[in-house]
Formats: sequence, structure tokens, C-alpha cells
Amino acid sequence: MTGTALELAAAVRAGDRSAVDVVEEYLAVVAAREPELHACNLVTGDSARAAAAALDAAVARGEDPGPLAGVPIVLKDNLCTRGVPTTCSSRILEGWCPPYTATVVERVVAAGAIPIAKTNLDEFAMGSSTENSAFGPTRNPRDPSRVPGGSSGGSAAAVAAGYAPLGLGSDTGGSIRQPAALCGVVGVKPTYGLVSRFGLVAFASSLDQIGPFAATVADAALLLDVIAGHDAADSTSISGVRERVLPVIDGGVDGLRVGIVEELTDAEGIQPEVVAAVETASRALEQAGATVDRVSIPSAVYGLSAYYLIAPAEASSNLARYDGVRYGLRVDGEDVATMNARTRGSGFGPEVKRRIMLGTYALSAGYYDAYYGQAQRVRTLIIRDFARAYEHFDVLLSPTSPTVAFELGAKTTDPLAMYLSDICTIPSNLAGHPAMSVPYGTGEGGLPIGVQVLAPALGEPVMFRTARVLERSVA
Amino acid sequence: MAQLIRANVEHVARLARLALDDDEIEQFTRDLGVILDHAQQVAGLDTRDVAPTAHPLPLVNVLRPDEPHRSLDRDEVLAMAPDVQDGRFRVPRILDAP
Amino acid sequence: MSLDVTTDYEPVMGLEVHVELATATKLFCGCANEFGAEPNTHVCPVCLGLPGSLPVLNAQAVELVLRFAEAVNLHVPARSIFSRKNYFYPDMPKDYQISQYEEPITVDGWIEIDGTRIGIERAHLEEDTGKTMHVGGGGRIHEATSSLVDYNRAGVPLMEIVSRPDIRSAEQARAYVSELRAVLLAIGASDGKLEEGSMRVDANVSVRPRGSSELGVKVEIKNMNSLRSLGRAIDSEIERQIGALAAGERIVQETRHWNEADGRTHSMRSKEGSSDYRYFPEPDLVPIAPTDEMRERIRAAMPELPAARRERLVAEWGIGETDARVLVAAPGLAAYAEAAVLVLTDGTPRDVVNWCTGDVLAHLNESGLSPEVLPLAPDGLAELVGLVAGGALSRNQAKDVLDECLREPKRPKQVVEERGLAQVSDVGELGAVIDAIIAANPADADEYRNGDDKVRKKKRGFFMGEAMKATRGQGNPQLLTRLLDERLGNDS
Repeated sequence: MTGTALELAAAVRAGDRSAVDVVEEYLAVVAAREPELHACNLVTGDSARAAAAALDAAVARGEDPGPLAGVPIVLKDNLCTRGVPTTCSSRILEGWCPPYTATVVERVVAAGAIPIAKTNLDEFAMGSSTENSAFGPTRNPRDPSRVPGGSSGGSAAAVAAGYAPLGLGSDTGGSIRQPAALCGVVGVKPTYGLVSRFGLVAFASSLDQIGPFAATVADAALLLDVIAGHDAADSTSISGVRERVLPVIDGGVDGLRVGIVEELTDAEGIQPEVVAAVETASRALEQAGATVDRVSIPSAVYGLSAYYLIAPAEASSNLARYDGVRYGLRVDGEDVATMNARTRGSGFGPEVKRRIMLGTYALSAGYYDAYYGQAQRVRTLIIRDFARAYEHFDVLLSPTSPTVAFELGAKTTDPLAMYLSDICTIPSNLAGHPAMSVPYGTGEGGLPIGVQVLAPALGEPVMFRTARVLERSVA
Repeated sequence: MAQLIRANVEHVARLARLALDDDEIEQFTRDLGVILDHAQQVAGLDTRDVAPTAHPLPLVNVLRPDEPHRSLDRDEVLAMAPDVQDGRFRVPRILDAP
Repeated sequence: MSLDVTTDYEPVMGLEVHVELATATKLFCGCANEFGAEPNTHVCPVCLGLPGSLPVLNAQAVELVLRFAEAVNLHVPARSIFSRKNYFYPDMPKDYQISQYEEPITVDGWIEIDGTRIGIERAHLEEDTGKTMHVGGGGRIHEATSSLVDYNRAGVPLMEIVSRPDIRSAEQARAYVSELRAVLLAIGASDGKLEEGSMRVDANVSVRPRGSSELGVKVEIKNMNSLRSLGRAIDSEIERQIGALAAGERIVQETRHWNEADGRTHSMRSKEGSSDYRYFPEPDLVPIAPTDEMRERIRAAMPELPAARRERLVAEWGIGETDARVLVAAPGLAAYAEAAVLVLTDGTPRDVVNWCTGDVLAHLNESGLSPEVLPLAPDGLAELVGLVAGGALSRNQAKDVLDECLREPKRPKQVVEERGLAQVSDVGELGAVIDAIIAANPADADEYRNGDDKVRKKKRGFFMGEAMKATRGQGNPQLLTRLLDERLGNDS
């Protein structure tokens, strides 16, 4: 039977279960549910089976296969995997196989995990519903007429549907946490720089982070500990020894000061049941020994505007390389500029084009100071406000997503409505702080609600301790 | 109100090398106007004594030693290319120098 | 012809010099920084800009820029950052170049050229682009049907050096570039080869009425691949601008291409509007904050710079400033001369210098070789100088010997022997020759003794010619002259 990653890895390491059996079990779940959910761009069954067999042989030889031994894992399709298509759910990279592998993928494989699929996402990670995928949307396992959230909707849905105990996604403005909340799983955005971005196809470089999906807080901690840590290939990667999270997650919250972020929890458009979930969560923390109060992060209200200037600006530059010259789609033209324009015009979907246009405009001559420059200053204000809050609080609480999962097509005609999905998650990306979503009850129609725990930079230990208490209080 | 006119959008599309049809240009003219209006909140804030944050991290001087690594195999590199000639990437003629 | 002297206008110019730094690897990845390899063999995900790749800064590139800063009095701010310069071009793997815009690594320096300070506004780091070849249409970009791109050069570290508009003539421009090159060689930052492209110069040329303090419209000139073409291009452009202004035309701000063949600058096809590079700070890199320890170490390890070297050679060797300048400007030549002087047993450093700035330099220029690879090693030159100083070889003979030794790996003594060139300097032997000639030509001897200076000079020439014939060209000319004067002057 399927279990948590911790249980599976222990069993495989001990020789009680074979990785091959484990992988077959999970691949069967994939086969059963994938036709409906479309969480995957590619299921890598054969290589998974081969890797599992090799792992079993290693165990038989008495070698230590690692902390994730035999555990199936799904990878968001913007993580480079050598020799395996990495499409970012875009036509412009359809069929492109990178000649190298992302550092995080190398680390999970070295730890014994078995990648079984590349999962669907909003094209180039731009979106909050996975409806911007060029290959069709993913459906929410809890209600297939609804979105799984985005941009890491594929990984969130896959873990929620039982394709694998573990998943990797990326989070730029909430793209791990929001789908985690909508699908009812745990999703973590680590401190900026904690996890190497080498091999993550860039969206917005100063905001992007790779992070874990799991069904449990402990499994998420297990995976985070494997992928975190300095990488010489990423100049923005933090160095120095850091404490692992898994060993401390049961430390409890006795004496912890918890702040409910007013601007996020009271914001317009937050569904009442979501607010209620946050309040219930805060009471559970009080019962466990924490003190809870409200806290103000005044600049948080400007987060959305600042984000929708900074992220597209960086994206417009990061996506310039898709020009039909060296790899990917090429649509011919009589001269190279025409070829570039036609390639990009055909290869990118509307949301990507919209953000490239927005970003190019925000950086262009005469507008830089008012838009991009100003947004970077707002970022400083947000960081300052958080710093002030953390003088009096140890962790913060807020909703993850303003709403439960919405219906496919409900927000696709109004970009701004879609962008509002990120109001609670964006501030952490701007500040570079860690945050995670913990499933906390259900709302209308039994749809999952996620509560967000926020912590200061490198505050993963206290963040996970808090999440663990919340998880236990729901169970 | 952020007055975005069609000419702005066409200029930006050229800068960004995006071939857009008329519908797209109209759509983006509208969309960008709406989004920028929203973003105007930011433009109006007093940030006189606030330095911009380009990076959430306080890191400096991340350097690597001047030592060679293995480069990619040329065949692997060229195999990805849409068009190759004489071991080089081929593109249609270039009209404008940079 | 130096135009600035003869017209009512003065040229006001600045130079932008791009230097390929002599690091082992590229600026942001470990691919080899090597010229001439097979196309697309020194590439990796980073320098190809593959999706997901990230740059990591080369410590040695930073070191070399800081050395340069020390050498030309550039200020090093406490913090500098990289920025993205965004534009589309096939030789740009990311369609943005990682460069420095605001907050460059060094600013506000100067270099002295013939007693004048030329200001250096900034020197910063950036990555080089790939190389494009144009196919069809004679290889020129405008008639091409397609282009081929090699990314070996993409990501090579460049230092861009921007001067202030302090340059007032083509000659000064050449001297500035020459001195920069000498500095770069001295500190090991680059081999500075204009012809190979490891050093590239663009000139911003403007003119203004003499006495005015306003700047005229500046025109950028590109495609000058040697010091000579730099000078010619600048002179041509100054002439063009003065001519245009004199005819009542305006100067258009544009980029022009120097054409070596027709000796003129040509307008490049103009783009619609000026470029909008949308610079913003590079989010994948963190700032550089040069530490005091770094800078102190560099200061302490600074090698002798060209100006100091020239001064020293003038003082130690008693050579003239012009010779010193020529010696130090030619890459490797001063070191070659110093190595020769070190092992000199006979003769003076000035002798060594004369050969170096004369025949050796001429050969280097013609052959394109550098002194390190000459068949004649410094100790061989020292040997040659010794032969002349000791009287075994005349200067003319030595010139011939040198010529051969510069082309063939032979020692001077070997050549002398092979050719039987040993100069005759034996007083007795030569004395006998002179006596014999005088005896054979009594009439001429009389004319000499009784003639005026003019006659004497003519006769002396005649007798010297005879003596040279008699000694088959190997008679020591100085000695012969002395003996001749003695024997003819005496009424014996």
C-alpha cells in the first residue's frame, strides 16, 4: 500500500519493500487517473522502472541508497532533465531535451528518489490555474471541473491524486503554495537562495524558488533537507551550514509569538470560510502554547502591483533567449528579426506574451523609474515592514489563496482577476522569506483550504514546527 | 489613467520581437492599460529615501576560480539547433547591425 | 597632415577600447577562453544561455580589472553591480548581454600621454558575444543570404575602457591606444592584439570651432584594426566633418564604418531610432565589493609600468626618450632588450637599443612575430653587439648577419664563420695594405697632400674604396681611416 515518503524510504532501505514494486504501484495510480486529470506532460515509466531496479540492486549489495530511497517523485516540467523533454508547457520548447540536469533533480536522484513524471504547469510558470499550459489544463483531483491552481498545478494535483508522495514545483508569486492550498497538500516556498536555481528555467530570477510538495509536513521537510544547501553553480545560493528541518519539526509552538497578517487576512475578496480557517488555525496554535495577535504589514497591499511590474520585467529579459536560433521552435522569416518575431509570436501563448509586453514596457526608456525602479523600492518597504513585524512575532499566519479552487474558465477572461489569486503569497517572494501552505479543512463543496505560515529568512525550522502543530490539530 | 495607445504597443512588440496580429495588439493595448492602472498605486508612493532592492540576499563577492570545466560535446549542442552549417548555427540574413 | 593646426576647428575625441582579458576561462563559466578553436567546441549551458543556466563570476577577471585600475589611477567604488543590456542579435545567446551600467567596477582614472592627461571615465567588465560569418554576397552583412554563428567567443571576459573626450589628434589617439596596450601587457591583463581582435577600438569624433567650450555632434567610428588605420580613419573623419561644416551642413550623429580600401568612413545603415537597452540590475549575480585586502595585495604586486620602465631605461642606459618610448611600446621588445643587456660582455646598452629599435623592430613589424619567438634569442643579440664592439665585425656586416639570424636559428658567430666575414682589425696588416695603395697611387697621394678640404675628402674616399677592395670588404673602416690619415698626413 502507498504510504508517506518517510515510511516508504525506510521500508526500501531496510529491504522490506522493493523499489520496483513501489514504482509499479504508483505508476498504476498514474495510469488510472491521468486520462482525466492531465497532471503530466510526460510519464517517464521506463526510466523509473530501470532506476528502481538499480536501486534495489544497490540495497542488495548493502549500499545506502539515501534518505529518499525508492520514493517516486514528480518534477515540474520547468526543471531541466538531461535527455528528457523539458517544455515549460510551451510550444516554443516542445520536444526540447536539455543537455544537462537541474541541481535539485541531481540531488533528489542521488538521495534515491525515482522521478516518474514531468508535470504540467502554466506556460513558463506564468499563471495561477495551469490553464495557460499550451498542452491543455490540469484538473483538480478533488473536483475535476475545477482548477488545481498554478503555476505548479501539475505537481500539486499529482501529489494530491496519489501519483507520488513527493513533488517539486517552483514558486515566484505563489506557484507552489496556491496550488497546494487548492489541491489539499503541503507546499513550501523556501527562503530565497536556500535551494539552487541552476536548471530551473527562469521566470523572474529575483523571485523564483524551487520547493517541495508532499501530503504531510514531515515528508515536505524530508524533501527540503535533500534539496536545500549551497550550489556553486548558482551565485544567489546561500552558503554556510544550516540546520536540517526534519529533526526539529516536532518541537512544538510553546511560547511562540504568532501574528495574523491583517492586510492579507482582511483583504477584499477573501472567502469567509478561508478567513474562518485562519482563525481556527490560530486558536489551535494558542491551544498548543503560542500567543496569537494581529499584526500589520502596511506595504503588503502594494505587493501585487510591485510584483506585476518586477516579475514581468525580469521575465521579459529571461524569455528573450527563445528566438529560434539555437534550440526550440523556429518559424522561418526572410531575415533574422522577422524569424525571431514570428517564432515568438507563434511559440508563446497569450499570457506569456502579455507579461513580456508588460515587462518590456516597464523597463523601457522613460518608464523605468516610475515602474520597475519604483517597484524595487516598494520591495524595500515590504522588507522593512516584515522586519518590524518579526521584532515582535516569530511566525505569521494568513490565508494562502483568497478562494478555494475555482472552475476551469472562471477567470481566464480577466487577467487582473487571475492575478488577485496571488495577493497573500506574493509578499514572501518579494521579501525573499520562506512560507508554506498547510491543508486546513474544507470549504464550499468540500474543497480544500490552505493556511499559510510565514517566517523570516532562514526561519524554516520554526515555520515547519508551526505547520506540524496545525497539521496535527486538523487530523 | 495609463494612456496606452496602439503605437506604444506596436513599439514594445518590436522591442520584444513579438509578431502580433491586429486582434492581439488591440487586446494587449486594453490589458496593459488596465494592469498599468493598477500598478499606478506603486508609482504614486513616496519613496524618496528608500533604496531599491534588487536582491533579497545580502551576498557579495561570489566568485569562482579561473579553472576550466568540460564543455559540451559539439554534436549534442548542434543537435538541438533548428539549422546548422559547417558546425555553426545558421540564421536568415541579418538586416541591422546591433 | 595634422588638420587641427591648420584650420579654425579643433577635433574633440574619445575612445572606447574593448579588451579581451587573458583569463583561462570565460567570464561566467569554465569554458576555455581560447582563440581559434573549432566552432562551438568551447560552449556549455551557461555561455550558450540555455534555459535554466546561471552565471558565476570569474575571480581572475575581477583581479585583472583591479590591477588595471591601480595602473591608471582609477577609483574603485565600494560596491559595483552587473546589469543586463537587452537587445536581440544572433550572436547573443541570451539576447541580453551581462555588462555594467550604473555602478561599474572602476571610474575616474587617467593616463599620461606626452605630458597630457587623458581622462578615463570608466573601465568595466562585460561578456563578449559570439562571432557571426555572413554567407553569400561577398561576406558582407548587407548582401548576405544567411549568417553562421560560432559561440566560442560568447562569454569571453571583456574590459571596456571609456576615455573622456580629451583626445585632440589622431596622433594622440594612437599614442593613447599604444600606451594602454603597453600597460595591459605589463600587468598581464591582455595580449592587446588589435589585428586579432583581442583589443578593439571605437572612436567618437567631433569637431568644434577653436576656442569653443561646447561639444560638437559626435560620430562613432568603427572597424579600425590597427594603429595605422586608427590614425587614418580619425584624420579622414575630422576632414569630413570640417568639410561638411564649412559647406554649411550639419553633422549627423551616427555610426560610421572605416573602409581601409577607399580610405573613407561610410555611414552604416541606420536603425529606426536609437536603441533602448532597458538596462536593469542583473538578478542572477550579486554585487562586487572589493576588499581592502584584495586591493592592498594587488598594489603590492604591481609590476613595473611602462612610464616607470621608460624612465628607468633612460636613466640606466642613457638612451633618449624617443627610443625608450619605442622600446616600451612594442610588445615584448623592452624585455628582449633587457635580457640582452643582462648578458652583454662587450658593447653598451645603447648599442642593444639601437639594434632593437631599428632592424629588430622592423623585422617584427614586417613578420608579425613577437620577440619571444624570434630565432635570435637575446643572448644572441648580445653576442652580435659584442662582435661589433670588439671590432670583429663592421656595422654593415653586422646588419647582414642580424638579418640572417632573425630568420634562421643560427648564432651570429656561426654566420660570421660560415660567410668568412671576420673583420680585419690588425693594425699591422691594414697598415701594410694602406702603404701598398699609397705607393701604387703616388699622384693621388700628392693631390691629397696639396689639395683643399674638398679634394682631400674626394681622395680619401678613393683610397678607402681601394682599401676595401683590397681587403674584400673586411677591413675595419675606422681603423683604415685612421691609418690612411696617418700615412697620408705625414710627409714621409
